[in-house]
Amino acid sequence: MTATATTPAAVTPRRPRRKPLGANPLGILFSAPYLVFVIAIFAFPLAFSVYMAFHDYFFTAPGFEADRPFVGFDNFRNVLTDPLVWRSFGNVGIFLLINVPLTVVLSLVLATALNRIVHARAFYRVAFYVPYVTASVAVVAVWLFLFNGDGLVNTLLGPLAPDPSWLVNSGLAMPTIALFVTWKGLGFYDPGSTSRRSRRCRRSSTSRPRLDGAGKVRSFFSVTVPSVRPATLLVVLLSTITGANLFTEPYLLTSGGGPDGASVSPALLIYQRGIQQGTPDTAAAIGVLLVILVLVVAWLQRRFVGGEGR
Amino acid sequence: MSRVQTTLRYVVLTIGAIAFLFPFYYMFIGSLQAEPDPTIAGAFPNPANLTGENYVEINERINLGIGLLNSGIFTCGVILGTVVFGALAGYALAILHWRGRGVTFALALLVQVVPFQLLMIPLYVLIARDYGLADTHLGMILPFLINSSAVIIFRQYFIGIPRDIFEAARIDGAGELRLLWNVALPLVRPALLTVVLLTFIGPWNEFLWPFLITKDEALQPLAVSLANYIANVAATASNPFGASLAGAFVLAVPAVTLFIVFQRYFTSTNLGSGVKG
Repeated sequence: MTATATTPAAVTPRRPRRKPLGANPLGILFSAPYLVFVIAIFAFPLAFSVYMAFHDYFFTAPGFEADRPFVGFDNFRNVLTDPLVWRSFGNVGIFLLINVPLTVVLSLVLATALNRIVHARAFYRVAFYVPYVTASVAVVAVWLFLFNGDGLVNTLLGPLAPDPSWLVNSGLAMPTIALFVTWKGLGFYDPGSTSRRSRRCRRSSTSRPRLDGAGKVRSFFSVTVPSVRPATLLVVLLSTITGANLFTEPYLLTSGGGPDGASVSPALLIYQRGIQQGTPDTAAAIGVLLVILVLVVAWLQRRFVGGEGR
Repeated sequence: MSRVQTTLRYVVLTIGAIAFLFPFYYMFIGSLQAEPDPTIAGAFPNPANLTGENYVEINERINLGIGLLNSGIFTCGVILGTVVFGALAGYALAILHWRGRGVTFALALLVQVVPFQLLMIPLYVLIARDYGLADTHLGMILPFLINSSAVIIFRQYFIGIPRDIFEAARIDGAGELRLLWNVALPLVRPALLTVVLLTFIGPWNEFLWPFLITKDEALQPLAVSLANYIANVAATASNPFGASLAGAFVLAVPAVTLFIVFQRYFTSTNLGSGVKG
């Protein structure tokens, strides 16, 4: 700027060489496979799903062109008047009510304990991760064995065993699934991020209120709890996504969302309506509603956390 | 730190570890029982009730070797696609300046919150019906070909490399592809291992998609054939629990082993990096 003031001749319009694609257009070529993938596997199917949801869409033999008239909001009306759809949304709610508090509390407790011990840390870390890295199908087999009518859990409970048993009890089927998923997924939240966060907040902020005379319990609730709120909101987001997408668990643990739809999940319902009953248009409408729901929750999470960790 | 507190911590952690590990132990014990024994005594090995028969039985109903092979092909295809295309995209996002970089990065984040289960119907129509890829390995791999979390992980590791290294190599006349292959990738070897492990557990454990598009038993990954066994066949078997636990054990062992061996490359920060932005 100072140079322009002294020597106006230097202000010749020497614009930087125009590169409409940026300094390294090669980047586009490098990203092309990924972009094509995202378009083909996410963007296009998403658009296709919206198209299906607004048309009378049905499966035809390959290569056969059928007339698929535009039907406006008919599919959505079918979906929203279907009690099973509401049941599946309600089940996501039940899932959140059990999964979120359990995940937040247990991962906080385990991470805090894990951080302050010296021996066998690697062992405990691995123990908490193992269910997360194992196939649902494999662990479902054990849970079926543990939680069936005369399984080990009921044997241990003796007279306290619920009747009908866990997975065939309409009040307990969904909570059992939520418990299963919490158990399986806890390793995902645990050691790395949460413990580092709680270690950081222990060092900086928890010590000060304690000096000021606040008790341990008080400093836990007034300092530790607020400082993990962003983590809690993240758990809410991930739980909503997980809850909407449960498939293996209701399909195998409660043999298809039973009893009587008591543990049906939206993803299972999409499968049943779309593939089993041959109404892909209705199934697509459920999918569209859920994508909107997930995006709203994701947006809320971003808003309240303000891009934490970026 | 008082001794009582330390002890308490170990007690809490040990209770946790038992809760997490017991079902795996029980899976193994159950798979060896000749008669399923749901009593408390059944949780301990009983020499009179031990047998390898369940493994033979499950192998007769669903061919474990074929199942493992299909799981392997499915998983390797996804890992290969993710490493090759993911590293390219991660490099472009971290090092190169080009128009659309910000949008691509935002897309990679967004894609992770839109779960593919919600798109299963259109994907099924496209891949199984329009492209005719039902009952093929390619059809199985396609929706998972590039793991978006891996793209983000590659980007984060590449960003950490000092820029001067690239400038120096560029002055020496190296092209970008060579820079990626000879300079950037060797510097982020731990990232490579993390990406492979992270990508592995997706397809190896995936059930829904291969279940949708493979009706041919000779092409089903182990998770699918085992699930079909549990859902349909188990009722007719002599020891349904034993056989399905044997299958479950075979399915679980590769993932658990890999993870235990490479556990220090596998951190939840990496797992969550995508969604956490």
